[in-house]
Amino acid sequence: MTRALVFRAALCALLLALVLRPDWFVPVFAPFAPEGGPVIYARASLLSLSLSHLGLVVLATVAATLVAVTLAILVTRPAGAVFRPLSRTITNIGQTFPPVAVLALAVPALGFGAGPTLVALFLYGLLPIFENAVTGLAALPTATMEAARGIGLTRWQRLWRVELPLALPVILTGIRLSAVIALGTATIGSTVAARTLGEVIIAGLLTNNTAYVLQGGLVVGLFAVLLYDAMVQLETRLARRFGNLTGG
Amino acid sequence: MTLAANRIVAGDGVASWNLAGPGVTWPGLAALATALLLGLHPRRPWLRLAGAALGLAGLVWLLAGGASALLDGAGEYARVSPGAGFWCLLIVLALLMADALAVLSPRPLIKASLLIVAASLLAVLLGSGALVDLSIMQEFASRKDAFADATLRHLGLSFGSLIAAAALGLPLGMLCHRREALRRATLPVLSFLQTIPSLAMFGIMIPLLGWVGDNVPGAQAFGIAGIGFAPAFLALVLYSLLPVVANTVAGLQGTPPATREAARGMGMTARQLLLRVELPIGLPIILTGIRIVLVQNIGLAVIAGLIGGGGFGTFVFQGLNQTATDLILLGALPTVAMALTAAIVMDILVALTRPLPESAT
Repeated sequence: MTRALVFRAALCALLLALVLRPDWFVPVFAPFAPEGGPVIYARASLLSLSLSHLGLVVLATVAATLVAVTLAILVTRPAGAVFRPLSRTITNIGQTFPPVAVLALAVPALGFGAGPTLVALFLYGLLPIFENAVTGLAALPTATMEAARGIGLTRWQRLWRVELPLALPVILTGIRLSAVIALGTATIGSTVAARTLGEVIIAGLLTNNTAYVLQGGLVVGLFAVLLYDAMVQLETRLARRFGNLTGG
Repeated sequence: MTLAANRIVAGDGVASWNLAGPGVTWPGLAALATALLLGLHPRRPWLRLAGAALGLAGLVWLLAGGASALLDGAGEYARVSPGAGFWCLLIVLALLMADALAVLSPRPLIKASLLIVAASLLAVLLGSGALVDLSIMQEFASRKDAFADATLRHLGLSFGSLIAAAALGLPLGMLCHRREALRRATLPVLSFLQTIPSLAMFGIMIPLLGWVGDNVPGAQAFGIAGIGFAPAFLALVLYSLLPVVANTVAGLQGTPPATREAARGMGMTARQLLLRVELPIGLPIILTGIRIVLVQNIGLAVIAGLIGGGGFGTFVFQGLNQTATDLILLGALPTVAMALTAAIVMDILVALTRPLPESAT
């Protein structure tokens, strides 16, 4: 447990150093840069790129979570049950669309820049969250629901105090999937002129500067791994808490 | 529909009823209206299916008739592309069709024949030259050889990496199934690999493979180099391992303990147990893993276009650089079509291997 903690702290420190003090890494990346070429990406600060990258991801994921969970709640109510097969079809088909294709298709419709990237991330992010939220809300134990009804909770109270908390770990898994996909897709977003860390990688690819590619790749990779890890930790913690509640 | 003076500038919208003479527009619009009416019919899924098909036909009719009528005397570089309304209608009709099909839930073989019918209709449509006037088809015509090349490359990347991943992942999954410790060590590593954004993964592969290409004798003869096919292929294989291994483990563990006991009681060896009992029972889940990999790799192979790996991604990124919308579409639409087809075919396979409910008990 402690070894894992130390490892995590080391990764965080490495990430921070890469983003805040890129100059420290000149000797590391120098062998990869072309002769006499720049070693460290200097056209924009890595910090501002990281911030706008994360900003895109957070905005898209939060919006997608709100919309998807609301839709899932509607669809799992008796009144919305009619739409459930249709919504399942949509999510199934939607998830076979490659994220890059969604991004590429958003450009003709919306133009270049951060806007289409955000829309593509949002639309694509809806699917895993919605799917997991529906699964989570629909798979609640009947006995628990009966008990909640039995102690006189209104529909609203049941939703807020019983259904949503119980479904939370599953919903969180959906949010994690969606956030990780969004992080990766946002990297590609720089090809449609959104300001993200992908810019560094693409610049490296275009100028044959492997140092840039490595730099960008490492930063994005570390962000993704740490985000994933943090979400998994949160999920296990929540699952344990609610597991204890329902089990004991 | 939009009509533009050349392929870069934004076009002017032309409403569907102004497209061409009444002889062309009326049948198309009528088909669309009937389709939407039929499509709203709540009870009869067959009717909805027929409505959607009729609507699609009407849409294509309008597209083909309208494009040639608009181009008449519009100048040599003029381009016609379908407008936003076309895409919206296309999506609505496709959803109607998918929904009707989901309600009908046809048997796997019928589904397969429907897929073949749809694919051949599409092929006839594209081959007949009815849509030749559309901008996207003009982009295609000027890149015919490159397109065929890209298609082969794309298929090679996604299927090749799938085969490599299956060759590695299936035995690994079986080992993990046997050995708890190995499973605990492997699965988290693989899921971390899966987390790394694709562009970063492709980027990290470049120096790695470049080093291998420079330092291992004979590696370059195999085409292993920093950019191109090899890093894309390797990255795709790494991404594919998690679904394959995880689903193999899940599939093999899915055998009910009673069944396993019975097999052991019959005197089966561990090997026989694996081959004759656990694998057949787990097959649908293993195939589901392969479906995930296939769909995912077809999508990810687009990004290979950025590192010179070829495939449809080449068109997408060329199009993005030149702001030529139709070139983007030329890369994106076949990718989507390929992914959808792969998903449907794999779904059919999964359904075929799933034992019937009666025999499962």
